[in-house]
Amino acid sequence: MINVNDIMETITMIQNEHLDIRTTTMGISLLDCADSDISVSCNKVYDKICSRAEKLVSTGEAIEKKYGIPIVNKRISVTPIAMLLGASGGDPVEYAKALDKAADQVGVNFIGGYSALVHKGFSPGDKDLILSIPEALAETEYVCSSVNVGSTKSGINMDAVSMMGGIIRQAAEKTRDKQCIGAAKLVVFCNAPEDNPFMAGAFHGAGEPDCVLNVGVSGPGVVRAALSHMNETDDLTAVADMIKRTAFKITRMGQLVGAEASEALGIPFGIIDLSLAPTPAIGDSVAHILEEIGLEKCGACGTTAALAMLNDAVKKGGVMASSNVGGLSGAFIPVSEDAGMIDAAKAGTLSIEKLEAMTAVCSVGLDMIVVPGDTPEDVISAMIADEAAIGMVNSKTTAVRLIPAVGLKDGDELDFGGLLGRGPVMKVNTTSPAKMIARGGRIPAPMQSLKN
Amino acid sequence: MRAVVSVIGKDMVGILAKVSSTCAEANANVIEVTQSVVQEYFAMIMIIDISKMSISIDQLNDNLKKNVEGMEIHVMHEDIFNSMHRI
Repeated sequence: MINVNDIMETITMIQNEHLDIRTTTMGISLLDCADSDISVSCNKVYDKICSRAEKLVSTGEAIEKKYGIPIVNKRISVTPIAMLLGASGGDPVEYAKALDKAADQVGVNFIGGYSALVHKGFSPGDKDLILSIPEALAETEYVCSSVNVGSTKSGINMDAVSMMGGIIRQAAEKTRDKQCIGAAKLVVFCNAPEDNPFMAGAFHGAGEPDCVLNVGVSGPGVVRAALSHMNETDDLTAVADMIKRTAFKITRMGQLVGAEASEALGIPFGIIDLSLAPTPAIGDSVAHILEEIGLEKCGACGTTAALAMLNDAVKKGGVMASSNVGGLSGAFIPVSEDAGMIDAAKAGTLSIEKLEAMTAVCSVGLDMIVVPGDTPEDVISAMIADEAAIGMVNSKTTAVRLIPAVGLKDGDELDFGGLLGRGPVMKVNTTSPAKMIARGGRIPAPMQSLKN
Repeated sequence: MRAVVSVIGKDMVGILAKVSSTCAEANANVIEVTQSVVQEYFAMIMIIDISKMSISIDQLNDNLKKNVEGMEIHVMHEDIFNSMHRI
């Protein structure tokens, strides 16, 4: 029999603590759409997405109503478009427009996969696609882009890193009248996962099946609320246990929704991404969890340790609750999307250097950080290189999503509205890395033994 | 198949009657009712059998909101509670 307190707990989580399914993302392979004629290829892409994802949004809405749980986003990830461009040639922006039109037709919030994987080098199509990213993001509404520049097995492609500094600046400049939103839809990865359902970095890897459903669960507010009911004297082992228990419940709900949605859509259920993804809503913040653990403000000494424990406990709790876990799985720390991070950055307790240290122990990386619009391209490239190095050496995914706020200076604020939030322009160390970045080449893959 | 109807808010005359008659109109059989004060709220939780229900969970939710004003009402399929709280 279902217990009354359990029922009340679930309802409180959904109503007051922002528990939701953050995204159901359909991964669609476009490899069979490649054609030597780009317009034929684009038509096939449009048709395949529209037929496979026709019922994605309505299925999600039906599940929301049946269980009373919000599914915030319905999204699509596709095969990295650079692979199709290698076969077809032509203007890559045509693919972006085809993706955008298909996304609009099926009613999803975002479509990811305007991507290139260049961690060891460029194959045909890769460079053209990367160069077209700023224009593609400026001319479309739903398309998201990502580039993988490094991996633990292959090292870091510094030629690509060097290119990306300029690409990020251009993406911001081309969308300067829309809060530089282009840069917010572009992620530079090291060790990019092939089944990540979260934007802007979602793409459908070459090792994935034809069509698959991945689910991203969230719930920082639920974890914070659970910790707020504990005594201040409870030790950190007890805190970690509470996080595990809460993560387990959140993930079970994701498993239920994922299994049901994939059955209704007639496609395999891929993975659950166990991530604590904050939103700008009050009470839905990862920074506030760290503060609940006992820090005066996020960014204080101890932040990295608290985050490491949180990240690990979320995984431990979630893994048993789901049959398949994948994607990014961990705590996200996107500054502009997290009310507590925004406060800490404004108060000056949280710096880019501290965020970089935090990325060594949690999911993703330097995410949604607003930097001065005049930050030199090579400094952005060097920030990417630093972050990629952390991912490469620690065998984990790291990413960079910086927004150069064109026309704004250190201390100003950029407001995107909605889920992307708002962020203060953060101070960047602009001491020149120009000579190192200009060298290009490849940073060799690191040792996998003699770990110290 | 069963669903959980939860009604939360301030106590008023006739809530149980209105909720159960709305369920009866939809051919949903009431299996169990629990009424209690939990976390400062008056809360009524009703388990109903929906295997022969004539309308969808969503429609029942709308009807209940229309017939019982001023209360927070949710109708949710029981699987969400089973999966979150049972292994």
